[in-house]
Amino acid sequence: MNPVISRLWKGVIALVAMMPMLALADSVELSGGQQALNIPAVSMFMIFVIGTLGITYWASRRTQSASDYYTAGGGITGFQNGLAIAGDYMSAASFLGISGLVYLSGFDGLIYSIGFLVGWPIILFMIAERLRNLGKYTFADVASYRLGQKEIRILSAIGSLCVVALYLIAQMVGSGKLIELLFGLPYEYAVILVGILMVMYVTFGGMLATTWVQIIKAVLLLLGATFMAVMVMKTTGFDFTVLFEQATEVHPKGESILAPGGLVSDPVSAISLGLALMFGTAGLPHILMRFFTVSDAKEARKSVFYATGFIGYFYILTFIIGFGAILLVSTNPEFRDAAGALIGGNNMAAIHLSKAVGGDVFLGFISAVAFATILAVVSGLTLAGATAVSHDLYANVFKKGKCTEAQEIKVSKMTTVALGVFAIMLGILFEQQNIAFMVGLAFAIAASANFPVLFLSMYWKGLTTRGAMIGGWIGLLTAVVLVILGPIVWVDILGFETAIFPYKYPALFSICAAFTSIWFFSVTDKSAEATHSKGLFRGQYIRSQTGLGSAAASAH
Amino acid sequence: MHDEIYKKIEKDPRFQDLVKRRQKFAWTLSLVMLAIYYSFIMVIAFKPEILAMTISPDSIVTVGIPAGIAIILSAFVLTGIYVRRANGEFDALNASIIQEASK
Repeated sequence: MNPVISRLWKGVIALVAMMPMLALADSVELSGGQQALNIPAVSMFMIFVIGTLGITYWASRRTQSASDYYTAGGGITGFQNGLAIAGDYMSAASFLGISGLVYLSGFDGLIYSIGFLVGWPIILFMIAERLRNLGKYTFADVASYRLGQKEIRILSAIGSLCVVALYLIAQMVGSGKLIELLFGLPYEYAVILVGILMVMYVTFGGMLATTWVQIIKAVLLLLGATFMAVMVMKTTGFDFTVLFEQATEVHPKGESILAPGGLVSDPVSAISLGLALMFGTAGLPHILMRFFTVSDAKEARKSVFYATGFIGYFYILTFIIGFGAILLVSTNPEFRDAAGALIGGNNMAAIHLSKAVGGDVFLGFISAVAFATILAVVSGLTLAGATAVSHDLYANVFKKGKCTEAQEIKVSKMTTVALGVFAIMLGILFEQQNIAFMVGLAFAIAASANFPVLFLSMYWKGLTTRGAMIGGWIGLLTAVVLVILGPIVWVDILGFETAIFPYKYPALFSICAAFTSIWFFSVTDKSAEATHSKGLFRGQYIRSQTGLGSAAASAH
Repeated sequence: MHDEIYKKIEKDPRFQDLVKRRQKFAWTLSLVMLAIYYSFIMVIAFKPEILAMTISPDSIVTVGIPAGIAIILSAFVLTGIYVRRANGEFDALNASIIQEASK
């Protein structure tokens, strides 16, 4: 550890130590006294930050090679990775957004969470072992295995960066609102704080620190959510019928909250949302990257099994928490503003519930956990985005594989800082958007650009560089354009009267466009290069099936 | 560097057998998951009133809620079934194929 970094660390620790005072100063200024400083929340958050910075310091001393930096040297076990995947995936949008959605419209929240979960078995059956056997650091390693490096890596990197950007914005918005409510800190300060911490974890600790931040956060979140759900059920005598009966009595929508409602209003939207969630999960760069942190296909499979269990359990808890909030939060004037709306918006339902069931101390714990959740997810995203730039664009496209590991890591760290600045700025810009829908858009792009190319590269011998490149771009652009022309951007953000494209979820159209055009431009590709890449399929196939020759399996 | 071994593996009838069986198993489970999920989505899209029915005349709990929870559990169970067989039977066969080819 060189003296500059060491001094930087001391500065950071001093800064962290000063944070409660800063928060106090600000809350004093807010003389209206909307949110008093919550000492337990601040202390627990401080413990988490100091603890994770400690881990980052430890990880930074064990992170030397590119393999250490990107994939923690492939030394994570299946169980640890399962927890880390769950920690990566159970985002602020899942926890606050879905419990808020259940609070607002009941059953519709469950539709969302089921969609988020069912992609996991498909990842296991179709992708996990081949991905682990073929790839090294990014899913683009696999997609470009026998195709043109330049074309496919640029496509995959841009696809990754789009997903990372949208996902990051959603997380930043969640964090800003949360800390605003909890600390009485201005929204902008909160977003900046998250940005700085995330950059620290990733630049100093790489994948090892990111993984452990995610594991710790997953454990805390599962414990906290379990406690909340148990406390909710306790008030109803552990009887679900009582829970639903009491909820329908107090909810303005009455019994309709127990049935599918307005969220998915027509067949096209229902199918499109389903496709986006299911295949989008299989195209998320930060999730796919996690499969390279384990030693082999066996551990990769175990990771998905544990992750599915933790995530499924968590969604069941979220459903109970949402109904608990209808019961215990909506009926309590303490959590409502003068107009009768929930303080901080519907996404704060779970946070308010924590106070209702566990008082200030538990509110502090859940707020700290929610904050930790955001930090863990944004760290994973940022690392994935930075890797797409450094490993795919810089090392393999720009330098054509001829650069040192040190140069590659340096680019990765510079990108991380850039992504941090970008995330802070857009987090502030998008303050008023619904964070759950934002994640939906990220899934559409992942499902329409990343997934089709990755999937066909592993399964279809006839795939050529031209087909993958043209089709992948068509999928990506179709998803983006339809989102812009759809109701969320065209009407809600740009302020036009009616949307040009009538559906909120473009995945049905963009996935079909991607697969069809990949197929068409591959079968009509008669170039010598196409014949060459088809010839490479056999070796790729045997390696993908047996794991023989796969990266880093013997490194540890 | 692995070309020789790859050739041997490809000729091994046990490799063909492994790939065929594992693939069939994976596709079957995928289709089960897709069928479960898309039946659910199709019902929401075309016949949402089915999920809005109550589980019994004197209860307000709708069919949709246990159905939703069951789908979550099915996802977990299906991954468990796959990992058990892939990490046991299939991996053992895979290891012996590689060992044979590496001789």
